[in-house]
Amino acid sequence: MAMIMTGEVQLPASREVVYAKLNDAEILKACIPGCEELIKSSDTEMTAVAVTKIGPVKARFKGKVHLTDLDPPNGYRISGEGDGGVAGFAKGGASVALTEKDGGTLLTYNVEAQIGGKLAQLGQRLVNGAAKKVADDFFKNFAAVVAAG
Amino acid sequence: MSATGIGAAVRRKEDFRFVTGKGQYTDDVVRPGETRAVFVRSPHAHAKIKSIDVSAAKKMPGVIDVLTGADLATDKIGNLICGWMIHSKDGTPMKMSAHPALAAGKVNCVGDAVAVVIAESIAQGKEAAEKVKVDYDVLQAVIDPAKAQAKGAPQIHADIPNNTIYQWHLGDPKATAAAFAAAKHVTKLDIVNNRLVPNAMEPRAALAEYDEGSDHLTLWSTSQNPHVARLVISAFVGITPEHKLRVIAPDVGGGFGSKIFIYPEEVVCLWASRKVKRPVKWTSDRSEAFLTDAHGRDHVTHAELALDADGKILALRAKTIANLGAYMSTFSSSVPTYLYATLLSGQYNIPSIYCEVDAVYTNTAPVDAYRGAGRPEAAFVVERLMEVTARQMAIDPADLRKRNFITAFPHQTPVIMAYDAGDFHASLKKALELADVKGFGKRKREAARHGKLRGLGYSAYIEACGIAPSQAVGSLGAGVGLWESAEVRVNPTGSVEVLTGCHAHGQGHETTFAQLVSERLGIPFDNVSIVHGDTDKVQFGMGTYGSRSGAVGMSAIVKALDKIEAKAKKVAAYVLEAAEGDIEFKDGKFTVAGTDKSAAWGDVALNAYIAHKFVGADLEPGLKETSFYDPTNFTFPAGCHICEVEVDIDTGKTDIVNWTAIDDFGTVINPMIVEGQVHGGIAQGVGQALLEGAVYSKEGQLVTGSMMDYTMPRAHDLPSFHVGLTTTKSPSNPLGIKGCGEAGAIAAPAAVINAITDAIGTEDLAMPATANAVWSALQRAKPRQVA
Repeated sequence: MAMIMTGEVQLPASREVVYAKLNDAEILKACIPGCEELIKSSDTEMTAVAVTKIGPVKARFKGKVHLTDLDPPNGYRISGEGDGGVAGFAKGGASVALTEKDGGTLLTYNVEAQIGGKLAQLGQRLVNGAAKKVADDFFKNFAAVVAAG
Repeated sequence: MSATGIGAAVRRKEDFRFVTGKGQYTDDVVRPGETRAVFVRSPHAHAKIKSIDVSAAKKMPGVIDVLTGADLATDKIGNLICGWMIHSKDGTPMKMSAHPALAAGKVNCVGDAVAVVIAESIAQGKEAAEKVKVDYDVLQAVIDPAKAQAKGAPQIHADIPNNTIYQWHLGDPKATAAAFAAAKHVTKLDIVNNRLVPNAMEPRAALAEYDEGSDHLTLWSTSQNPHVARLVISAFVGITPEHKLRVIAPDVGGGFGSKIFIYPEEVVCLWASRKVKRPVKWTSDRSEAFLTDAHGRDHVTHAELALDADGKILALRAKTIANLGAYMSTFSSSVPTYLYATLLSGQYNIPSIYCEVDAVYTNTAPVDAYRGAGRPEAAFVVERLMEVTARQMAIDPADLRKRNFITAFPHQTPVIMAYDAGDFHASLKKALELADVKGFGKRKREAARHGKLRGLGYSAYIEACGIAPSQAVGSLGAGVGLWESAEVRVNPTGSVEVLTGCHAHGQGHETTFAQLVSERLGIPFDNVSIVHGDTDKVQFGMGTYGSRSGAVGMSAIVKALDKIEAKAKKVAAYVLEAAEGDIEFKDGKFTVAGTDKSAAWGDVALNAYIAHKFVGADLEPGLKETSFYDPTNFTFPAGCHICEVEVDIDTGKTDIVNWTAIDDFGTVINPMIVEGQVHGGIAQGVGQALLEGAVYSKEGQLVTGSMMDYTMPRAHDLPSFHVGLTTTKSPSNPLGIKGCGEAGAIAAPAAVINAITDAIGTEDLAMPATANAVWSALQRAKPRQVA
């Protein structure tokens, strides 16, 4: 089951600052909802553990995160795949673009995600809603971190 | 007719326990020391299993064992099978893949069982299942049956090229082609018969218990045919010899076909219970049911009808691709062939018919019989063709049907079936009157004033039930005979037990079968009990499906009752000290012809057992008889349904404003139960037409995998039905019964779609005709309205 989400968020910092924070594992860990662990194994690879609850299904996803198409300070692509055990799997990626706007940075994102197994059975409205909330929460958290300097 | 005999609307005996929660279903059966099975299922539609690591799961609290396909292979447990052989046009046998109960190295659909955890509780089993590590190598999946045979399509079973199970045909291609060449008018239609999830109210369940002392296994299971389950599990899967396996199907909460089949979970529970030496129970949750119950329908068809200038049908041809899913389920091969193409003559005199069917594997759940099984697909093809033809040729749709009705019986169709009785003009005439078709024009104009499009659709269906004459199905490839058995036990007190091979899972057999006995023996209805669903109690029987329990099962009871009456007369002759030939039996009383000497039923029953008055060895004590009844032909229920709809132009929402159902079921035992069956059947047919559709993503995820995304019909989706009967008795069984269990589901989809397409003025509409689909069809048909 495939999902596509797009969105944008205005951030009160320069593109360089935003880009640096987007590459900071500690900041990403703090911003990813339910993230229990995010360990950088190289500049572009991380392993992650995140807990997600969608409706009645709570799943702990273990997976890998890759950063590709690195184009500082214009953006990158972050992608990953996670194995949630009996709950199923999730994989996908987000293209993140940074543009100068109103003295700060406009971050736009295009997420496409695929889920399978029990998660895919939960009902599209539920899953789409939950996935959108994860994306929204991440960028809201990220905006707060950027605003806090 | 007595108050509880044949034809009486007796209230159902079984409903007291069903509506007061006192039913006893498989999950209600609790055995000492029972464990719970939790299956680890594939989240991928198509993948190689690189490795399975169960070591962490085995260490989890409450876990007794964790088993995989490798263990199954080590123990030499056999594959599940499909029991109906179909041969392709070229004479080659169908290509059946291996179907192990737990995946062997590869998964072929989401929900394929990979491992099973046996634990003290479900919660512990689920916790442990989380720890089973399966490493998959994900492969490309093929979901669309129309793409399964394409070059370069993912290959599902290595030994089966092009995912093609068989390429079958029926009829005369040359005569059909010649008739088309000579036709004045040809109607062409492309049809998708949408895939359905059965959704019986009670999900499937299995409880297996191994008795080490006697080396005997017992399986409690949600089965429509426990004897066939025992036969397949013993003779083919090889769990244990047949005489060491008892299968009990207690109360079962609906089946609709989906519980005919033998599934992996039953096999695994039996196997595991012997391994862990404790009872093992599995109860499907609703999510598992969506993924693993055999689905229904899923045909892609191109159909054509050829007519002369007068609207007389010359020929019909159809090419169908049938999706059988990832594995061949127990009877899946027969559904799109002998249960489908043999009904393509409908109620009409069609000189030539030719049908080709390709059955294919896809990375989806197996597809098998679902209420109607092949016949709804056939009725949809025929009745859509008729309605579209009527519109294209500007002939009234009722009139077009009348011009082509079969009126002389027996009638041999070009597709095997020999219709033995029917009166299609009578059911159409009665339906036209009850539906007030004459007043439709006025109603349509009134609706238009309120912004609604009103439409009328017919469905003059026919089906083949009373499944089935053994010789006939044997010649068509069935691995079993489809007779039925009955044992009638008269107790010394005169009460009666009937043991039947027909399983009841909502049909009301405990009532209707008792009505038959009450009528025949003249004893109170309450003095009869019906025993079914236990291979240790009941002689071999074939189960319940294909609207067969009345036509075949009750016929077996009639035969046994004939024997009972004959023997009881012998006993009565001794009791009454008269010649056997002088004994008459009526209304529960034996009398000596021409005298006032009589003996009550109870006296004769008691004397049969005390045997004090018998002389010599010419009469054995006891009063118990068994019969096996094999029908001489299928039965052919038929009728005419008329659906009237209103479509909201702005939203596309369809309201069914009137439904008329006139059915010919032959003899009716209980009109209330028959009406209930008609209501339920129409509801399921309307569900298919308006609401239901199993959808897989292109990656093979079932996106309609819950009640949130798969819409079942609700009361407010349905009108109050107007139902009526016409009657021609079936000549092929002693009661004249035809069967009523599937008629509604067979008739309804075409009636609904014919009505909506009449309303919206375009044939470009697929099922389910949701508001969105109808609205979109309206926009495509009249693009200018959008602007």
